[in-house]
Amino acid sequence: MSETPKPSPRVGLFVTCLVDLMRPSVGFAAVKLLEDAGCRVAVPSQTCCGQPAYNMGDRATTKEIARGVIKAFEGFDYVVAPSGSCGGMLAKHYPDLFADEPEMAARAQEFGDKCRELVSFLVDDLGVKAVKARCPAKATYHDSCSGLRELGVRDQPRRLLSTVEGIELTPLEGSDVCCGFGGTFAVKYGELSDAIVKEKTRAVAATGADLLLAGDLGCLLNMAGKLQREGRPIKARHVAEVLAGMTDEPAIGEPALKAKA
Amino acid sequence: MSSREAIFASIRRALHVAGGEAPRREIVAERLAAAPVGVIPARGQGDAEARLKTFAAEADRAQASVATVAEAADVPKEIARFLREHNLPAHLRMGDDPLLAAMPWSATALEIAHGPSDGHDLNAVTAAFAGIAETGTVALLSGPDNPTTLNFLPDNAIVVLPADRVEGAIEGVFKRLRETFGPGGGPRTVNLVTGPSRSADIEQTLLLGAHGPRRLHIVIVKESFGSTH
Amino acid sequence: MSVHPTTSRFKDNVHEALSDQRLQGALTFARNFIGRRAAAVERLPEFDALRDSARAIKDHTLAHLDLYLEAYEKKVLSLGGHVHWARDAAEARKIVIDLCKAKGAKAVTKGKSMISEEIGLNDALEAEGIEAIETDLGEYIIQLRGEAPSHIIAPAIHVTARDIEQEFRKAHKDLPASRDLSEPEQLLGEARKILRDKFLSADIGVTGANFLVAETGASIVVTNEGNADLTQILPNVHIVVASVEKIVPTLNDAAQILRVLARSATGQDMSVYTTLSAGPKRPGDPDGPEEYHVVILDNGRSAMLGGEFEDMLRCIRCGACMNHCPVYHAIGGHAYGWVYPGPMGAVLTPSLIGVKEGGALPNASTFCGRCEAVCPMRIPLPNMMRHWREREFERHLPPARQRFALALWAFFAKRPTLYRLATSPAMRALHFAGRSRGRFAWLPFAGGWTNARDFAAPQGATFQSRWRAKSGAVQ
Repeated sequence: MSETPKPSPRVGLFVTCLVDLMRPSVGFAAVKLLEDAGCRVAVPSQTCCGQPAYNMGDRATTKEIARGVIKAFEGFDYVVAPSGSCGGMLAKHYPDLFADEPEMAARAQEFGDKCRELVSFLVDDLGVKAVKARCPAKATYHDSCSGLRELGVRDQPRRLLSTVEGIELTPLEGSDVCCGFGGTFAVKYGELSDAIVKEKTRAVAATGADLLLAGDLGCLLNMAGKLQREGRPIKARHVAEVLAGMTDEPAIGEPALKAKA
Repeated sequence: MSSREAIFASIRRALHVAGGEAPRREIVAERLAAAPVGVIPARGQGDAEARLKTFAAEADRAQASVATVAEAADVPKEIARFLREHNLPAHLRMGDDPLLAAMPWSATALEIAHGPSDGHDLNAVTAAFAGIAETGTVALLSGPDNPTTLNFLPDNAIVVLPADRVEGAIEGVFKRLRETFGPGGGPRTVNLVTGPSRSADIEQTLLLGAHGPRRLHIVIVKESFGSTH
Repeated sequence: MSVHPTTSRFKDNVHEALSDQRLQGALTFARNFIGRRAAAVERLPEFDALRDSARAIKDHTLAHLDLYLEAYEKKVLSLGGHVHWARDAAEARKIVIDLCKAKGAKAVTKGKSMISEEIGLNDALEAEGIEAIETDLGEYIIQLRGEAPSHIIAPAIHVTARDIEQEFRKAHKDLPASRDLSEPEQLLGEARKILRDKFLSADIGVTGANFLVAETGASIVVTNEGNADLTQILPNVHIVVASVEKIVPTLNDAAQILRVLARSATGQDMSVYTTLSAGPKRPGDPDGPEEYHVVILDNGRSAMLGGEFEDMLRCIRCGACMNHCPVYHAIGGHAYGWVYPGPMGAVLTPSLIGVKEGGALPNASTFCGRCEAVCPMRIPLPNMMRHWREREFERHLPPARQRFALALWAFFAKRPTLYRLATSPAMRALHFAGRSRGRFAWLPFAGGWTNARDFAAPQGATFQSRWRAKSGAVQ
């Protein structure tokens, strides 16, 4: 657990490549949540945490990328990512990467120690108890694997979601079961990934929810893509969007409403 | 190079050792002699009464039936009752265990046979070397006193367990083995039996009497007998 | 059943498994283990401490493996038992077959043993005209079907009761057609009857071992059925086949691991029969085998010692990992193509049959981490699967197209400014292309995804480009 955070901590936002490229609104929601909680947020020039290379077995490239990330995020009190998967990479795997380089390993450990997933950071480190947001919807929450198992993210998003005005939270059976994304796995083993996500969308539909939430955009893109292909009316958003009260943007994979003539 | 030599060489190469290093040898010798005990769950612990209670509860969970009698002399009657309850013929096979031999079998109508089973016995009785409260387990040793086949071939296995042989944990049984047979010693077979034989291989349906006994009936005898040998 | 792996055809196996409706129905059984394990763990507050203890015992043993093997061998010999050493599967088979021939054995009963599957023992025995009879009910059933086990604890989990009835009617010559076998109880009764005769008439009994105990020279076998016991006490000869990493120092050490084994495998606190067998029968014993032989097998284990995959030697074959694996749930055990399925199979198989043949398995994982979370021996399974991917990458095994894509991505990922300048226009173009539906039903190079899922269109300009525009400053 963390020590009492400095008043107005300096946070480097690790926006994650999926949020950066696919859904910037999640990044802005993250900034709002952090600033509302009293943080000073900066966004260093960044690319990716390196997981694609890491999980493909290209350790050398991963290390190069990691070195760059560690350097770019020097000097912050915390490095916060709206993702359990990237958060886990930074916090838990970066130190492992440099296990054979004692000096870099120490730096990576120091860096890793200040990395956080967004919602658990708000609740566990900053003591945020409630959000001022409104979202009238029946929603269900999926636990992304890395967030859950590497970083202990489980109760925190549910706690904050329960303070959102108008929301009705319903539990997802098998919320701790993988959605089948797994990064490039979803493409390389598409048939297998599809079999796994089908189970997930079945469980989501069984909740009767009209809104699916999670803390990882990878999971969300995967689940939303399947829900849509199956013709289910359930919408998907990143939990940060709902907590920040920023749900004006279309849900994942939904078109912008055409302006009336 | 023999296979044995090749395997040891491969292992030693991987561990970066030559094999003769004294510190390693000492560590191994010490551990084998001391046999340190690890984490022992609280579940089986407690005084004799608590252990008996836990034993009965755990044995029941494993689908054994448990009866308690005050004295050894009460055992034959209890076994006769058990057989009647399940409409089983009044035949019983046993080994040469002195504890069993001293019991008043003639006070019942039970037909007693002695020796190992050849598969044609419905019911057998053995005396347990020890019991384990933590899991409701009985420990049975091979030998002329309680032939091992009696634990497996008959349909109904009855085990007599003196209350003062009930240990809290399995480590207690291992200690008794060491005390009885010396360090590293033991009989050919030690059976630690927890409930009747079962299988769930047919569509995950739990069924009793897979190859071993369908029923395990444990008769706890409160009377004290001192040590087992 | 043959040892020939089909792991190199993994994707085809996956496709077959996913299309097999009956298999898909049967696979739901594997999930029952999840709740049972969880209940058993909840009932035991000391469970996590026991996992740590078990891990430490195995690590200690592996670090002194040569010495514990020596001590074990000495003890077995002192009891009048025999110890044989086998470098690989072929040597192990030969040792067992030679023993069978020397005894003129015609029929061999077998306790459930993954190692005997690994070395292909049954086929080798049959080739010598020796009948090998699997006695574990699940193994017996799949033996009748000529199949490999699809799960290391519940080998016939993919077989329905009707399948079993069919097999019995085919194989049991004296079974009248009028006999009712519609209930599982009746099927069990039939199997019990048939196998009881086999137990009693077998010349030799072969078991594996969950543990080999150096302190007492005992082999420990754990079952619920009692079949391993009937296998090892009735015939005149008992042969144990076990790999080197089954050694533990003392009975008290075995006790620590036993406490996590059954709970992790089936959710039982203790298996019905935990049997310690040490040497042949003693003078005066009315039953038990006259001869006791232990075949200790290396078959790739020593090569794993001291390396990246050493932790895998802690595996106690409980099956918890596959019980919790979303990939295993989707395809079952046979699709893995060899003896060991699920996450432990994904790590172990390339070690034993080579990364070229078995390399697909560690790639077919999302790294969800559930396996590691439930492993009683705390084996870091996803990490080791990643090590295999690293080995493959070093050897240039992934297809060139994948390596190129990765290299292209890496080029940009290492150059933040270039990355930002390249991605924003690309995302805006993609957003524009997908604006009417907000998503794509097809994307080039992403068939694996878009075959069955839509892919969301990006929101347009990237976060970083918008951030820079907003704050007007470089960080």
